[in-house]
Amino acid sequence: MKPIYLDYSATTPVKQEVLDAMIPYFTEKFGNPSSLYGIGFASKDAIELARSQVAALIGAEDREIYFTSGGTEADNWAVIGAARSRKNKGNHIITTKIEHHALLHTCKALEKEGFVVTYLDVDDNGIVDPAQVKNAITDQTILISVMFANNEIGTLQPIAEIGAIAKENGILFHSDGVQALGNVDIDVRSAGVDMMSMSAHKIYGPKGIGALYIRKGVVIENILFGGGQENKRRAGTENLTGIVGFGKAAELAGKNLNDHIKQVRDLRNYFLEQIRSRIDDISVNGDLEKRLPGNLNLIFNYVEGEALLLHLDIRGICASTGSACSSASFSPSHVLSAMGLPLEKVYSSLRFTVGDFTTKEDLDLVVASLVEIVSKLRELSPFDKDHRMQSTQVLR
Amino acid sequence: MGMYNEKVMDHFTNPRNVGTLEDSNAIGTFGSPVCGDMMEISLKIENNVIVDAKFRTFGCGSAIASSSVATEMVKGKTLEEALKLTNQNFVDELGGLPGAKIHCSVLSEQAIKTAIYKYAKENGLDLPGLEGFDPDAEFDHDEE
Repeated sequence: MKPIYLDYSATTPVKQEVLDAMIPYFTEKFGNPSSLYGIGFASKDAIELARSQVAALIGAEDREIYFTSGGTEADNWAVIGAARSRKNKGNHIITTKIEHHALLHTCKALEKEGFVVTYLDVDDNGIVDPAQVKNAITDQTILISVMFANNEIGTLQPIAEIGAIAKENGILFHSDGVQALGNVDIDVRSAGVDMMSMSAHKIYGPKGIGALYIRKGVVIENILFGGGQENKRRAGTENLTGIVGFGKAAELAGKNLNDHIKQVRDLRNYFLEQIRSRIDDISVNGDLEKRLPGNLNLIFNYVEGEALLLHLDIRGICASTGSACSSASFSPSHVLSAMGLPLEKVYSSLRFTVGDFTTKEDLDLVVASLVEIVSKLRELSPFDKDHRMQSTQVLR
Repeated sequence: MGMYNEKVMDHFTNPRNVGTLEDSNAIGTFGSPVCGDMMEISLKIENNVIVDAKFRTFGCGSAIASSSVATEMVKGKTLEEALKLTNQNFVDELGGLPGAKIHCSVLSEQAIKTAIYKYAKENGLDLPGLEGFDPDAEFDHDEE
């Protein structure tokens, strides 16, 4: 049985064209890009081509792209590098409660170095209010970091507005663009971001490679020390095959962007319509308009998310939950909690993300499975319309 | 393959004794504030022996599987015997649970104790194994 993959926000398969572009760089074109001979130069050229391909996808200049080991490193570098380089100007950072852990845990680490971090709330639709960003600014604020699009609920944040506020106040602005890349038309200039994190494996490229866009003229401290790679800003022999793959994936994403957005949005909307018409007592988490095209995050009331996932997995269907029992940490989704969702709805939430290889037939099969599973689990549940969980605790 | 063994998956996909007994004389519900799980167990007790049991659970795979196995294990036991059952007995019967999931089986132990506690109280029984047991210790019954 071929699995039905509805977890494109977790990762994507590498596209054949991407793999084909990468293969020669494992074997005959393996040279170290720093070496001063033919195959070294060829590797260097391949990296520069990839840099221009990534730059083109976000409206940046080539030299503003710095390859990293992935989105997590890009987030770490942006936030730690910016904070340390500006510690003489101030010690205050503004971010949101719905950031990825790559950002939140980096901020927690900086708090131990003496930085003070404001974690902004989001509204019930999962969107940050730019006015709150403005109000949080103090004379100590040195960095604002707000994600382009949320990974769990797909909500698009008002980046351009926040970028304008940051600029007005002379504060550096970073955005985690990992989920938005290849799913939203990003122009770093009009978005007003000084730094943006990216990752290849969310756009049909390989894992273990990402990039940080750093606007020209912006200086932040390095966090990796060693050789002079990446214009002396990110040490370490380049992940040549990864970079080549990222470049190709970025090129394809740019070429197909509008078709991709329309295709996955139509599929996502079809999926939601089908579920709505066949399963009662469900609702959508997060704004449905200001949202990534492929993301759907649903509450299946009275049913626990992991149990639902497990039944889906038995049928070869891959989805995800940020709910308690899905991880060893037992912490309910920080994103859904920040939206003010009561605990039992957090536990009943599931994320489906569709992508380029999703078909309508896949979705029909998933809907049929969901109808069956939800009804089975609701029979098993002590909760229903008239018997709700007694702890309507809100963690916000 | 997978996070659960075959026996756990069997109890998860085909849970035994689902529902609420119509002629139950002891019902216990227990909610785990740790992970939001909730179990309701209904027992039929005759002459100090549990003759039937059914359950309903809101929870993850291990919570459902341990609930199912717990209803099988309490049947035919005296109240004293049933009170001696711990979550480890359910985990063992299931052939083990992943480390991070052991706590999900506590739900069943607590729900059974809660049901027997209520029954004992209503019938003026003084049962060993219930000393110091507080069914509200970990769960907030604010709407009851």
